[in-house]
Amino acid sequence: MAKPMHPTPNLDQLESGPWPSFVTGLKRLAKDKDYVVDILGHLEHSYQTRKGYWKGGTVGVRGYGGGIIPRFTEIKDENGNPVFKDAAEFHTLRVMPPPGMHYNTATLRQFCDIWEKHGSGLIAFHGQSGDIMFQGATTENVQKAFDEINDMGFDLGGAGPAVRTSMSCVGASRCEQSCYDEAKAHREVLNTFLDDIHRPALPYKFKFKFSGCPNDCMNSIQRSDMAVIGTWRDNIRTDEALAKKWFAKHGMNELVNDVVARCPTKAIQIKEIKDVRKDSHFSSVAVNDAQALEIDNKDCVRCMHCINVMTGALATGVDKGATILVGGKRTLKIGDLMGTVVVPFMPLKTDEDFEKLVELGQKTIDFFAENALEHERTGEMIERIGLVNFLEGIEVDIDANMVSTPRMNPYVNTAGWDEEVAKINAKKAAA
Amino acid sequence: MNAQVNAPAPAAPLRKAIECGVPDNKPHLHPTLLKNYGNWKYHDRPRPGVLHHVSHTGDEIWTVRAGTQRQMDLYTIRTLCDIADKFAEGFVRFTIRSNIEFMVADQKKVDPMIAELEKNGFPVGGTGNSVSMVSHTQGWLHCDIPGTDASGVVKSMMDELYNEFKNEEMPNRVHMSTSCCEINCGGQADIAIIIQHTKPPKINHDLVANVCERPTVVARCPVAAIRPALVNGKPSLEVDEKKCICCGACYPPCPPMQINDPEHSKLAIWVGGKNSNARGKPTFMKMVASGLPNNAPRWPEVNAAVGNILRTYKADARPWERLSDWVERIGWPRFFEKTGLPFTKYLIDDWRGSRANLNASTHIRF
Repeated sequence: MAKPMHPTPNLDQLESGPWPSFVTGLKRLAKDKDYVVDILGHLEHSYQTRKGYWKGGTVGVRGYGGGIIPRFTEIKDENGNPVFKDAAEFHTLRVMPPPGMHYNTATLRQFCDIWEKHGSGLIAFHGQSGDIMFQGATTENVQKAFDEINDMGFDLGGAGPAVRTSMSCVGASRCEQSCYDEAKAHREVLNTFLDDIHRPALPYKFKFKFSGCPNDCMNSIQRSDMAVIGTWRDNIRTDEALAKKWFAKHGMNELVNDVVARCPTKAIQIKEIKDVRKDSHFSSVAVNDAQALEIDNKDCVRCMHCINVMTGALATGVDKGATILVGGKRTLKIGDLMGTVVVPFMPLKTDEDFEKLVELGQKTIDFFAENALEHERTGEMIERIGLVNFLEGIEVDIDANMVSTPRMNPYVNTAGWDEEVAKINAKKAAA
Repeated sequence: MNAQVNAPAPAAPLRKAIECGVPDNKPHLHPTLLKNYGNWKYHDRPRPGVLHHVSHTGDEIWTVRAGTQRQMDLYTIRTLCDIADKFAEGFVRFTIRSNIEFMVADQKKVDPMIAELEKNGFPVGGTGNSVSMVSHTQGWLHCDIPGTDASGVVKSMMDELYNEFKNEEMPNRVHMSTSCCEINCGGQADIAIIIQHTKPPKINHDLVANVCERPTVVARCPVAAIRPALVNGKPSLEVDEKKCICCGACYPPCPPMQINDPEHSKLAIWVGGKNSNARGKPTFMKMVASGLPNNAPRWPEVNAAVGNILRTYKADARPWERLSDWVERIGWPRFFEKTGLPFTKYLIDDWRGSRANLNASTHIRF
């Protein structure tokens, strides 16, 4: 039995209502732990005054420079002593999850036992970078908890100016839209950078994210410095039985309004079966005895919409890989940046393919480490120096797929034009 | 004398970290997922909260998705493990929005498992065109710079959106996020709730010299409003309050520049972020409302504003239109008209590149 609870009139109001309540969870933990009694008091104080009261510091585990988020209370009495003394320290361990965030229950139960012994008993699945967050340990217990978690084969994630913990989608393990082995890419890339994860020494954070298809369930284009998004080069596959089944259920209005009309590049048409074009870049599938969908794959931008609507009837191609986009991030400091294309297509099937992906990551991080200013993200660096300089630095050739339009102003010295044309022609001739 | 005999026993060598990195996911995969890895053919949704995947071998797997509170106590995690052990061969996975998923190869287990989850207070849903769990940040519970709480705002919202989570009645999926400062750790979303400060930082000049690396703080300001100054004889920093945009970027590197204010740190609502490439290209969200009070513990004003936008979208958007697709069709003036939200001068962008956000055409809907 723990000490008596502090009154928590504000938090109590977060116990009603049908959604699972984290306050009820904390109160359950507080029955056995003085630590959590004081955490509840601390949080209630924030609710009453509408301010936060944790400050950072330096707490770590032996050999690592990051991965622990230190928190010390700032709610002090007139003598400078913590008001909630059992919760004076509330550090978090960031632990990297398996790709796709799959767990066997033996692992989860072992996490619980370790955290019952050394921590608050509160675990978040997961933080916004994908970490399992073991929330709430004293400075003394951080190392003990880490040692046991580490012995299970789990490792700390990134914090500060470091390569950060990554996320990958459910992907190949349960999704028909998966275009590469996300888990393999996730592990091979991240595990190349363990030193940069555990010992923060970059200009600023660097995030990788892995999504198996352009639906980008990991939100990689908006929130990772390097986004690996699955795609394919060949034709959309079709399945007549599933197409007819879909049509029988949904009918012509939905086919027209929800599929054909929503294709962003008008690559889909409805045709009489006899009129369907058979050239090698067309896909087609009959939806009834008279009509078929015809897709001009040259015009398709692999947006996924029709495949999402008619799952199985339409499917990704088989010549699969990924598009690599660099420089995504949220506002601070220069405004939101979307990741932009640096490799339109990278096959990801063989071990050599995956090595090339790792190599691209290495070159990008090396260039970032050398050239970014302090506290400047990759996208901001590219904005400052221009994409062409970045591409030269990572030894990637330019490609018209990297722009949405060519230059819209004349403010450039084009004296080297003929040389560039000659280089392009020489390359074409050699190919 | 043998000195060694009297020497204290050597301390056990300190354990060294094993830099094992990202663990393999294979030991964590349900056997049917492992067997059909990379070989799935299609899926459908037999009911809200349930996915049914079929592989090229003909194998089938049913996934039941349930909402959680994200910050989970031991009892909650162990209860979820008990359910997984009873029905789902001892395997689970989490989605990016902190929903938990249980996989079963036997369809007959689906209904009893749903009953067990619901009995234990875990709502089943969050699939397809539902409102899924709000992806969120740490807030007052753990963050060092939070303007508001995260788990509490989300609990309040999900209580209101409970039925939208459990049903698939929206035009398309709705992803939401909350963030306790303008860094926006919660991320882009169809609807996002983010702190928007409205007063410049309050500076404790006694502490700045000892706590803050002043050039770093000066460099951090997006509008060059901070400069070094001598205040009461001490080296400190001062803010040009006319220039200051109250973003709070100076606060993390310099905690004596307190940006959070119980009254003047407000909540803003942003809409139309979409990371998927489906249909149009990915979009960033846009601010559509601000000035909502940070009204803990239930944030009723935020809930009302979000509910209003969701109801309008639900009634007006066509099938498969995400919030951004809907606004693209009806236009921003009509978005403000239909939601009744005031379009104020603060919603006209004046940051770098902002002319691209002005209407350079005669495309106007009357």
